[in-house]
Amino acid sequence: MSTAAKKEIKCVIWDLDNTIWDGVLLESDQVTIKEGIIDCIKELDSRGILHSIASKNNFDDAISKLKEFGIADYFLFPEIHFNPKSASIANIKKNLNIGIDTFLFIDDDAFERDEVKFAYPEVECLDALDYDGLLSHRHLQPSFITEDSQRRRLMYMEDQRRNEREKTFQGTTQQFLEQLQMKFAISEAEEYDLKRAEELTIRTHQLNSTGVTYDYEQLKQLLNSEYHKLYVCELTDRYGSYGKVGMTLIETNERHWHIKLLLMSCRVMSRGVGTVLLSYIMNQAKTHGKKLLADFKRTDRNRQMYVAYKFAGFKEVSHAKDSEEDGLILFENDLSVIPPFPPYLELELPKINITEKEEE
Amino acid sequence: MIVEEITVRAQIREYIGQNLTKFDDEANFSDSDNIFQLGVVNSLFAMKLLNFIETNFQIKLDDDDIEIVNFSTIDNMIGLIAKKRS
Repeated sequence: MSTAAKKEIKCVIWDLDNTIWDGVLLESDQVTIKEGIIDCIKELDSRGILHSIASKNNFDDAISKLKEFGIADYFLFPEIHFNPKSASIANIKKNLNIGIDTFLFIDDDAFERDEVKFAYPEVECLDALDYDGLLSHRHLQPSFITEDSQRRRLMYMEDQRRNEREKTFQGTTQQFLEQLQMKFAISEAEEYDLKRAEELTIRTHQLNSTGVTYDYEQLKQLLNSEYHKLYVCELTDRYGSYGKVGMTLIETNERHWHIKLLLMSCRVMSRGVGTVLLSYIMNQAKTHGKKLLADFKRTDRNRQMYVAYKFAGFKEVSHAKDSEEDGLILFENDLSVIPPFPPYLELELPKINITEKEEE
Repeated sequence: MIVEEITVRAQIREYIGQNLTKFDDEANFSDSDNIFQLGVVNSLFAMKLLNFIETNFQIKLDDDDIEIVNFSTIDNMIGLIAKKRS
């Protein structure tokens, strides 16, 4: 449950001169890659940890040197110019849309580390001398590696292609969304989804209704519980799959459906699929003649989810006082108005609804 | 006062104009039309609109202000902004 203990680094930001390679590229083209650094980058990549660059160099020279070493493709949104590195990190954060406290910055120059630390105390800074300890660094050990985490960098690269297309697209937002040919599949979770589901509860902060994390064993119990439903969603489009991007946990009894957790990866925030999952749940609850309740627990980042619930017609029915028990809000929806599914995406819904016993 | 309200209206209308689902010449709506029901914007836009109003007009919306009805017409948005500024 504690977020501090679960803290994981999602992205390592590298300096280049005397960090990735020995030597200063502006002074001499003859720089040599540091021993073991390529293996280190590849290993972290396979753990689902992203890489980027904050370096003071000429962009083209640095990229061609990285290509020469065969590692240019491993770095997303490299910031190579002569502006302050804190600004570079801010740009990378904006492009990746992940929390500032999930970065690790590695540089040989104490001045640069201090400059970053001063602007963003949450960023972990490491002296390049210590790079051989990276693979065993305690914040770079995801508790498991899923199909989605291994594909993470590729998914960001597909995203970059989408965004470039969006920038040059002549037409309305709606037309842009239409030509993406999105397919959104909601399915009942299977056992093989659970690692990814655990990962989603740990990694998702913005569109997350409670911030409560669930581990594999807990999810497995819930999967087998007749009083719970666990759904996962996958989004694909013409550029590829975004992977399993969302999930919801619903507690059921003879009278109500109670959404204990609803979350959606921030990578798909701009696609409007968060409300799709909510609409699906609302439709199902209505079909089954159940009351619909939802938990919301405020964190420092999940206001978007509060807004999503409110805009979908949920009303607060009780609100624990902030002073004591973490201010849990209970929502209820009377299901009189259910937001329609957006026309720009194709839906794939669970084939058979396993109906509850009490309905037989 | 009046002049300011006209400016605010124009700014909101311009922002909606940048986010239309249809092309400009097909999207006619009055200040009292429900932009979501008319389909001139999609529901995804509601969230953007909220962020726009907070940052552009420098107000902080409370939980009670976050109701879709407050964002569904330009008139309602004007009312909300006026309330928060008073």
